[in-house]
Amino acid sequence: MSTSPPPLDIRTLHYAYGRHVALNGLSFSLAQGTFTVLLGLNGAGKTTLFSLITHLYTLQRGTISLFGYDLARQSLKALPFMGVVFQQPTLDLDLSVYQNLRYHAALHGMAPSLAKQRIAEELERASLQKLANDKTRRLSGGQRRRVEIARMLLHRPRLLLLDEPTVGLDIESRQNILSHVRHLCQHETITVLWATHLIDEIDKSEKVIVLHQGQLLAQGDSQHITKQTKTASIRQAFDVLVGLAPQT
Amino acid sequence: MTQATHHALTLGHYLRCFNGIMRREALRFVHQRERFLSALVRPIVWLAVFAAGFRSVLGVAIIEPYQTYITYEVYILPGLLAMIQLFNGMQSSLSMVYDREMGSMRTLLISPLPRWFLLVCKLMAGTLVSVVQVYAFLLIAWLWGIKIPPIGLITLLPALLLSGMMLGAFGMFLSSAIRQLEGFAGVMNFVIFPMFFASSALYPLWKIEESSQWLPYVCNSNPFTYAVEMLRFSLYGQIDPLSAILVAGFLFVFLSLALYGYDPARGFLARKTGL
Repeated sequence: MSTSPPPLDIRTLHYAYGRHVALNGLSFSLAQGTFTVLLGLNGAGKTTLFSLITHLYTLQRGTISLFGYDLARQSLKALPFMGVVFQQPTLDLDLSVYQNLRYHAALHGMAPSLAKQRIAEELERASLQKLANDKTRRLSGGQRRRVEIARMLLHRPRLLLLDEPTVGLDIESRQNILSHVRHLCQHETITVLWATHLIDEIDKSEKVIVLHQGQLLAQGDSQHITKQTKTASIRQAFDVLVGLAPQT
Repeated sequence: MTQATHHALTLGHYLRCFNGIMRREALRFVHQRERFLSALVRPIVWLAVFAAGFRSVLGVAIIEPYQTYITYEVYILPGLLAMIQLFNGMQSSLSMVYDREMGSMRTLLISPLPRWFLLVCKLMAGTLVSVVQVYAFLLIAWLWGIKIPPIGLITLLPALLLSGMMLGAFGMFLSSAIRQLEGFAGVMNFVIFPMFFASSALYPLWKIEESSQWLPYVCNSNPFTYAVEMLRFSLYGQIDPLSAILVAGFLFVFLSLALYGYDPARGFLARKTGL
């Protein structure tokens, strides 16, 4: 019987900016079709981790593999499986929504007819059809995020990485984006790694990884972490883990 | 253990990616009309004001590739074409720094195609934009009364591609070494004007040799000089082998430095974080 390699497998990852250690011995893996929340305060190392997974930074120590492909040696094979929304918006503000999506499709070498079809599908799924010809500069923060999510889905990735995608958005936009991505995860068995510092974005059934000052402090579902920390809620558990509240 | 299916990259993937990068550059160029206008106004000012004013002061003897005495406007034309490409190369690189600051560079760099290919596509796209600008300026120069042989319009094209790539690669290398937009704008001034003035764009090298002992060395080691001379000969259907070889050599050096600079493992950006 053959088993599929995990969508994301990280082993003893270490990264430092000069003397400042950003990630220290990080190890975890994600199972197919799961929604995992990477929880950490600002400066915890979430963005560094994303930059390493997306191959923007080169590994210093440790390994990252995506669907069995070692990122250090097989990055060109691994990258097509991944869809990313970075913390900092990455849309070209001088181009329209459609042109931004078309550009992404071209960067993935997608045939024009296929690109056109997928763009139409994703615009519809994100309810963005009416904004297709609008310059992204004119869109609200929430709309831009929806465009970025539509864009990352164009090449049909199997692993989604979202780095603080709801920061700066109003409650309704946050909720819409979160439920949209959860829907993708549940109905299309796409694996999601959702980085955030907002505890209220965690659903009880979902796996949580607590990252603090480059170290993985806990991982498991909310119940497991609260039990481990002898606290009543994931919020309290997080406070205890990162030292914002005393251990009970 | 089975792996998720990976589809090997084909020539079609590469061509579509190149096409996409070209389209984006073209769209940005069309949207930024002021960029096109300023690219034309700058050499027009040099041609209409500077060259007209200095016509009687700066006499030009018969030098290759010219067969007879020429007006000063005719002499500086290749230099102005190279200036358009120099400014365009810097402008493209400035937009790369801007893209990096704004985050949109990440979209390019996480594409599943080799990074060298993406950067070369970007360079070629910028060069093609500069070629359009040059031919638009040639039309204006023709209306101004500067006539070049029709064959020159054809032989100029490969020379423009080579010089545009070389100057664009130089800008790309600078953009990889400079992180902030403000810093790059400052460097542009320190690079563009010395490169332009310390070359054969405005005056023949023999005139410089007559007037200074050290300046000819600077001009002779300036890559821009060879771009200008290559364009000058190509405008008359000729090849200046030394210039062409040196421009190709400088292209190789600058492109290698730019690729090194954008390499996340070794490059200048690796030390600066935050692509």
